[in-house]
Amino acid sequence: MSNLLELKNVSKVYQRGIISPHANIALRDISLTLKEDEPTIMTVAGESGSGKTTLAMLLLGFITATTGEILYRGKNIAGLTGKDRLAYRREVQAVFQDPFAVFNPFYTVDHLLTVPIKRFKLARNKTDARNRMEEALTAVGLRPEDILGRFPHQLSGGQRQRINVARALLLKPRLLIADEPVSMVDASLRANILETLRNLQRDHGVSIIYITHDLTTAYHIAKSIIVLYRGGVMEAGDVDAVIKSPQHPYTQLLVDSIPWPNLNQRWGEHPIIAREADSVSTGCPFRARCPKAMEICKTRPPLFQINPSQAAACYLHDKQPEIVAERLSELLPA
Amino acid sequence: MMMDTKAAGAQAGSRNATAAYDAASAKSVLQVKGLEVTYYTDLGRAKALDDVSFTLGAGEKLGMVGESGSGKSTMALAMMRMIKPPGRIEGGSVIVDGTDLMALDDDTMRRARLDKIAYIPQGAMNSLNPVTRIGAQMVDAIKSHMPREGRSAIMDRCMHALRSVDLDSGVFRMYAHELSGGMKQRVCIAIGILLEPKVIIADEPTSALDVVTQRQVMETIDRVQDQINAAVILIGHDMGLMAQFVDKVAVMYAGRLVEVASVREMFTDPKHPYSQALISSLPNLDNKGVFQGIPGLAPSLLRLPSGCAFHPRCPHAEELQRTVRPESVTLAGGRTVTCHLYAEEGQRHV
Repeated sequence: MSNLLELKNVSKVYQRGIISPHANIALRDISLTLKEDEPTIMTVAGESGSGKTTLAMLLLGFITATTGEILYRGKNIAGLTGKDRLAYRREVQAVFQDPFAVFNPFYTVDHLLTVPIKRFKLARNKTDARNRMEEALTAVGLRPEDILGRFPHQLSGGQRQRINVARALLLKPRLLIADEPVSMVDASLRANILETLRNLQRDHGVSIIYITHDLTTAYHIAKSIIVLYRGGVMEAGDVDAVIKSPQHPYTQLLVDSIPWPNLNQRWGEHPIIAREADSVSTGCPFRARCPKAMEICKTRPPLFQINPSQAAACYLHDKQPEIVAERLSELLPA
Repeated sequence: MMMDTKAAGAQAGSRNATAAYDAASAKSVLQVKGLEVTYYTDLGRAKALDDVSFTLGAGEKLGMVGESGSGKSTMALAMMRMIKPPGRIEGGSVIVDGTDLMALDDDTMRRARLDKIAYIPQGAMNSLNPVTRIGAQMVDAIKSHMPREGRSAIMDRCMHALRSVDLDSGVFRMYAHELSGGMKQRVCIAIGILLEPKVIIADEPTSALDVVTQRQVMETIDRVQDQINAAVILIGHDMGLMAQFVDKVAVMYAGRLVEVASVREMFTDPKHPYSQALISSLPNLDNKGVFQGIPGLAPSLLRLPSGCAFHPRCPHAEELQRTVRPESVTLAGGRTVTCHLYAEEGQRHV
């Protein structure tokens, strides 16, 4: 069984200043694997500044990792050339947060769909191109005759975001990186877009990395979840297990703060400790805000395996067996 | 401080829908009647607010939900009399604490803003001036309303406001870029409550924040509202937030209030077909993997459908719905709904 995507101990450090360098560790030692023949939806969750978008940028090859390597079908994406690079560019697609910013207002929305067709020579002639566009739009639940030939400002946010998904679909990708795809869309339209994404995974065999801070939608769409905080993995595992019984104090705080649309499920009693301006650089990154912080937290906790499909990086669980970061993916259900 | 937060949370949790209604009818601090706003665009007239009426009692929290473009923010701006051309307030009244804001002259209205009715705009955290200190911006607001206030009294007021939103007094000397998103949002709330207004309108105060910060900001609003016993209007489209925070929910569709009900009634027994669709589209822990959106699209205000504006998306639409505009009716318990299905059941609303 080969791996579609493999991250090996990837870290990203943003450095600034020459005389007195200041390093900001955006991602710390992340390893994960997506299998080629088991399309899955994996959520990467965390608050602003947790490194989610850095991860997306790394996977899309927009930035390079400081240490570690990212392998796509066994080849390092930093060193891809020629045909391999073109294939990677086609097979790994993205849907971004803002459905308003990705369109050029001077072109009709067809432009967004025809450019990739031309670029990757997907169609033999104009009719073929048109058919492919219509097919992709239909697959995301849009009526092609309503969409083609229109300008972006004539369409709603939900329609535009679905056109972005259609564009990704057109290229028959293997991996879709969705960076907060529904956060700027009306709540009533979110369901449609999430359903479209799930159908992509189920019917078209596309693996999806769903990046979000909204655990409600993550719970509904994903199979597995990785919770990041300040660039490190706090907790990972099966999405049901993590959200229904979170083990790391940070995940507990996150889950506790979800505003469920349910009158009997109130916001919890976990007190919120405000974030300190200059947070700790060693040890557990959540230490300063953790209600259960201990002396031992000054050293960085490894991941402890709590059950067959859940692990948390917290000394509260140090009775459980340790699991090395490289083997974390084995816990995640496909 | 932590204990305070908990106590406030518990208090908010044990609220009673019927008690809220009694309070509203007994003593309302805010009465909006027949508010109408039209935008005169090159493409035609867009009626952004159509006969919007509701009342709110002191200490009550109203959630205003609706799709983008349904007129939520227009309503907030109209209440503040801040609608800019090509928009125009065509009629109606906004009575705060016995004073009709629509009847005031411009200068009195300027002084009523912040003093009687405060507005925390969408993305308020980006509205702070980056080149002056937070303190200067707070002092500015007080001075323009209370020119004769002494220096120490002004300082007291600022410090009190900062304390009530759980910020350190050191924030007074800081600049906006030194604060996190949640802190900036809380500074905006602090400015909003400087003069202890009767009504606070918060337009999506947490839309750019993550869940933990969002909860912190909402708990802050909850607490300060309790202290000054103001009425709060929370505008947004996150029904989850509404369930956690408000007493009453008003649903807006194409510029009209289609339903106003207590939060419990809204979540357990929504009446208007649009509210029903909205409630059933909500995700929760039990229906994993079920996605139910609302079919169809929000209508353009320039070309509103005839009759009931919701009829093209409504499962119950018939000839009556397509041709006759529904009037708002009051149902048992004081809730109102604007739908033909309930025309006989309820009393005509005057």
